[in-house]
Amino acid sequence: MTDFRMPSLGADMEEGTLVEWLKQPGDQLHRGDIIAVVETQKGAIEIEVFHDGVLEKTHANPGTRLPVGTLLATIRGEGEAPGPPLPSAAPAELPRAPSPPPPRAIAPQPSARRKITPAALRRAIGDGLDIATLTPGPDGIIGLRELAQAPAPPKRRTGGINLDEMRKAIAAAMARSKREIPHYYVSSTIDMTPMVDWLSAENARRPAPDRILSAVPVIKACALALRKVPGLNGHFIDGRYVADDSVKMGVGIALHGGGLIAPALDGSDTMSLGDIMQRLSDLVARVRGGRLRSSELTDATVTLSNLGDESADTVLPVIYPPQVAIIGVGQIVERPWVVNGALTARKLATFTVAGDHRANDGRIAARFLKVLGQVLQTPEAL
Amino acid sequence: MTGSRRITYRDAVREALQEALRRDPRVFLMGEDVGRYGGSYGCSKGLLAEFGEARIRDTPLSESAFTGAGIGAALGGMRPIVEIMTVNFSLLALDQIVNSAATLRHMSGGQFSVPLVIRMATGAGRQLAAQHSHSLENWYAHVPGIKVVAPATVADARGMLWTALEDPDPVIIFEHAMLYNEEGDVPGGDSLTVPIDGAAIRRDGTDVSLITYGGSLKKVLAAADELAKEGISGEVIDLRSLRPLDERTILNSVEKTHRAVIVDEGWRSGSLAGEISARIMEGAFFALDWPVERVCSAEVPIPYARHLEIAATPQVPGIVSAVRRAMRR
Amino acid sequence: MTPDQWSELVKRTLYQVAPDLEGQPIQPMVRFNEQFEFDSMDFLSFIAGLHRATGLELPEKDYPRLTTLESAVAYLTEKRPA
Repeated sequence: MTDFRMPSLGADMEEGTLVEWLKQPGDQLHRGDIIAVVETQKGAIEIEVFHDGVLEKTHANPGTRLPVGTLLATIRGEGEAPGPPLPSAAPAELPRAPSPPPPRAIAPQPSARRKITPAALRRAIGDGLDIATLTPGPDGIIGLRELAQAPAPPKRRTGGINLDEMRKAIAAAMARSKREIPHYYVSSTIDMTPMVDWLSAENARRPAPDRILSAVPVIKACALALRKVPGLNGHFIDGRYVADDSVKMGVGIALHGGGLIAPALDGSDTMSLGDIMQRLSDLVARVRGGRLRSSELTDATVTLSNLGDESADTVLPVIYPPQVAIIGVGQIVERPWVVNGALTARKLATFTVAGDHRANDGRIAARFLKVLGQVLQTPEAL
Repeated sequence: MTGSRRITYRDAVREALQEALRRDPRVFLMGEDVGRYGGSYGCSKGLLAEFGEARIRDTPLSESAFTGAGIGAALGGMRPIVEIMTVNFSLLALDQIVNSAATLRHMSGGQFSVPLVIRMATGAGRQLAAQHSHSLENWYAHVPGIKVVAPATVADARGMLWTALEDPDPVIIFEHAMLYNEEGDVPGGDSLTVPIDGAAIRRDGTDVSLITYGGSLKKVLAAADELAKEGISGEVIDLRSLRPLDERTILNSVEKTHRAVIVDEGWRSGSLAGEISARIMEGAFFALDWPVERVCSAEVPIPYARHLEIAATPQVPGIVSAVRRAMRR
Repeated sequence: MTPDQWSELVKRTLYQVAPDLEGQPIQPMVRFNEQFEFDSMDFLSFIAGLHRATGLELPEKDYPRLTTLESAVAYLTEKRPA
């Protein structure tokens, strides 16, 4: 009998995925025959056999990813009698020592059961791993080593987005921004109490699926303020600022697992809060599902970076080129505040505008923040 | 260590005997050739001159008789130390040890105790052939009513005797014959005694627990050095007490390393290694990432020829390869 | 429904919000925000899912009691005992 194992197709190959068997048990094999297809980082590779014989038994199912050296099949040589099925895991050749090792305590038994060590079993259960997904070592055994090599328990889905590639894209954009754009920052603390209270009352009237997140009135308020204070909404192209007629608010949406995307929410200055909420839900779902449209990735005329609840008070954001401004919003927190000469507790948030000093000045940003503050005092008008 | 001294295992045994004889007038030493000849392994040289024939007693070649006399003396209030030349010859005294020494406390309903200490040499390596080379520690470790210890270091050889003498029950001390010429440190200061009821971790490690005792400790430490070069971190446990076994230390270690290799110069069938393996299975089954490995002596009477004697007993390469198996390398 | 049944329902709802959580152990006393990187949108989806499954109103003022598996089960059991 000859073992047929996952071949190494280059020094860098550690594993491959068995795609399909091209021979079945009982088939006659000749040296050079293609027995299986294996997917590697270099693509699908057809695997040849180096022995004449009969395919006795296959030990791996298509679709499984297997380390180099894993037993894939047993081949019965010419003239060998068909034997009883070999153990699915023939023990690896043991190193010979000068003194005779004691007889093996455990004789390998033919068995269809997965061989998992007690320690690995305990850890797999504790970590919530599905044992069926674990790949045995070359000796057919799942031990602590195989667990350590197993993919981590499922992390949040990132919808086909390659997070490494995303990180590279963020790095390129942000490095360019900080290299080219002379940022200035202007901040104001805005009393959010009217908006929060109004929204609570509004949401109390709405059934759960129709409720509105506090991010939504903030988006609309910013969009309205941007309309009233032109100069921050548009692109810096060929050395000059080109204003845009409509506010296409890029909304920063974090991906679980790292990275973020700020797709454009078109019409945020004209839609109702309920419509904006629906658009936002849709965008979040599609960002996380990796199914954004290309226009959504390129159209934004300004960006809103909302840290959200339970985060931090202030963010000094980095402009996404070729935009000329970005608005950062911290968490809403209850703080002491003076109203009409009296100290009182109010719900506050700090808004920061980072502006491109080539395109606009801090005075515009300050004016924007002032208008935004006013808009947010009458949320019912949003 | 302040005031620590480097002496041989043999000197450590002699010093311990000398100290005991000086401290307690009830202590006396009895055995074949312990007086005029100074002990077949030289452990009692000079003691006859210091303590006289009444306390350093040469006996006839009759293990049953002088071990029985020791039991009687212990029952009578003395603190006898009986030396038996090798564990092979102790079989002649097995009836006295197992049927009398080990049982009298229980059979008398606690009225009598037998504060007897029996020292004997054990183990192979000196080309003394099959009648002088066996490791039968587990025969004694099987028996309730006695304690069995195996000092593997010079400090333990120096410190365990007094603790054994203070114990109200029979204690058997196994001295591996290959250890007598070994040198090691004993601490300075007044108190050299060491406890006889717990194992010692001789080397910390994370990948595999190497469990051994007595004459195999040195080989196991050498194997651990070699394994360290391969990036395998072995934790070496010196059992020290073979009865009772320090199960806690063993299980704690295996919980940490997930692998155990037991090195025991006894034969594998019915061995102490088998008992320890069973305890690990009972107490730490779900910690195991590999079946417990045993490195024991070949199942033959220990041969006389040097190369065969080496081949028949646990050696460093065999220990190393057992560990590699456990590590699946 | 019994607490066990509520627990199953809460988990099912979490899995609907984030299918990738299925099979992951859920720590009963750690807030969803912390253990699953839930943001406010995820949490609202969870609330909406619970609402659809139970018909309960789940007003915003009760949100703090719906932030962990344990407290959510206690809340739901209280609202609709076995």
